[in-house]
Amino acid sequence: MQKLQKDILNLLRRNARISNQEIADRLDSKVEKIDATIKKMEEQGLILGYTAIVAEEAEQDVVRAIIEVQIQPERDSGFDNLARKLAKFPEVVAAHLVSGRYDLRLEVLGKSLQEIASFVSDKLASQDGVKSTATYFLLKKYKEAGLELAKEETHERLKVTP
Amino acid sequence: MKDSKSPHNWIAKHIAALPKSGIRDFFELVSSMDGVISLGIGEPDFVTPWHIREATIYALNTGYTSYTSNLGDLRLRKEVSKYAAANFGITYNPEDECIITVGVSEGLDLLLRAVLNPGDEVLYHEPCYVSYAPGIRMTHAVPIPVQTYEKYDFVLQVEHLEEKVTPRSKVLLLNYPNNPTGAGLTLEDKRKLAEFAIKHDLLVISDEIYEELNYIPRSHSIASLPGMHERCVVLNGFSKAYAMTGYRIAYALGNAAIIDAMMKIHQYSMLCASSIAQAAAIEALKHGASQREEMRQEYEQRRNLIVKRFNQMGLNCFMPRGAFYVFPRISASGMSSHEFATRLLHEKKVAVVPGTAFGSCGEGFVRCSYATSMQDIEIALQRIGEFIGHC
Repeated sequence: MQKLQKDILNLLRRNARISNQEIADRLDSKVEKIDATIKKMEEQGLILGYTAIVAEEAEQDVVRAIIEVQIQPERDSGFDNLARKLAKFPEVVAAHLVSGRYDLRLEVLGKSLQEIASFVSDKLASQDGVKSTATYFLLKKYKEAGLELAKEETHERLKVTP
Repeated sequence: MKDSKSPHNWIAKHIAALPKSGIRDFFELVSSMDGVISLGIGEPDFVTPWHIREATIYALNTGYTSYTSNLGDLRLRKEVSKYAAANFGITYNPEDECIITVGVSEGLDLLLRAVLNPGDEVLYHEPCYVSYAPGIRMTHAVPIPVQTYEKYDFVLQVEHLEEKVTPRSKVLLLNYPNNPTGAGLTLEDKRKLAEFAIKHDLLVISDEIYEELNYIPRSHSIASLPGMHERCVVLNGFSKAYAMTGYRIAYALGNAAIIDAMMKIHQYSMLCASSIAQAAAIEALKHGASQREEMRQEYEQRRNLIVKRFNQMGLNCFMPRGAFYVFPRISASGMSSHEFATRLLHEKKVAVVPGTAFGSCGEGFVRCSYATSMQDIEIALQRIGEFIGHC
């Protein structure tokens, strides 16, 4: 990946709503070049989408859980087939193959505990190849996407210093 | 019997004669107003990285709160020595060629007091940091400012030094990357200045507090050049690179005789730097590289933006090579630096520092710090644009 692409991605990851003009000014580039580079990365699938980081108060009717899943790898495809299949469920908002005691780490989202519980029992645990699951409901969010939810009290600096 | 003195008369003559920092009056004025966006702040807008603060708390929790050796905790001096070798290309022995000071300000004060006799002359560049001339005067030595020019990228020129050097010249004081201009030295610049120092047998004090905030290809310290190791003292610290201004922690590297002389003053005046600040500094050197670089990149991007905007406004702005200041020329507005800064403050509530606070040759310029959030920079630039439009 080119340096300009990397620099743009770094800025977008910190603030997806930054203007292309500001990106150009920060990177000492031209806005047309930034427009074109972002468009190209979107077309190539390097940028998949843009999302908002929201506070817990903004999603009060939502329950999230982390589910550890142990699965039986298949000959030839390993974990991929089943992992992709599980990732297709709309309840699953993130899915990773991980090292360690279990194989897949899913983050799931539902409207209630019951909804997630029935997703686990009806859709997940009953799948061929799923050996076991462990579900951890998320109770409180402290940090997401590199942002701390409780803002530090800002300390006022002196207005003019040498 | 002697007449009793009025309080004013108790003050030593050379201290009474010292002017107050040009920034002081402006600070009072800005502080009295609400809603001001300040580009006048000479310290990072980042909070000290958490791992450094956490190490400070750990130092407190484990009771690391007693005096350290006068020179500073040897563990810190070893880290400093290692870091300087790797990053500045200079080798100084942590045992006797390094002293931990309470900010570069103390380091400079110790050094000036350690080397200057009354009447000695110190060559330094203007514009420069506000403490240089007063610091020299307090030792009863003579400050000899040498003007630097925008057309030479505010780099001190040997031909201008040659005009001011005399048999009494003893020290050449440099600060690059520079506050307030953002100027920096290329390797070639350093070579020329080193040659001049050797030719006139000068001690070089290199205040490199902004060295880690560099936007041009890095070259090694002037102290690394042939013949410079013994005649150079490098001052640096943690305030700017690691956003640790309030910790007041810095160091000096130089030959053992000079460091020992500095230590004498330090032991009688300061005893040692704060132990918990020293613990924090060890952490910064050991694990601070990635956040330091992140902050540097952010400053560099802000620099690109702010320089472009000033030039678009018609205020010619030199592209800084380091630090976090821009020094736009405002003479096109027809105002003096002081008038520009005062009117901008009253009419648009934006604080910038008049260039004259950094030496009389700063007339025609103002210093704007970009160590403030991009949001505030954008608003300030917009207001400055409106202000210029109305002039």
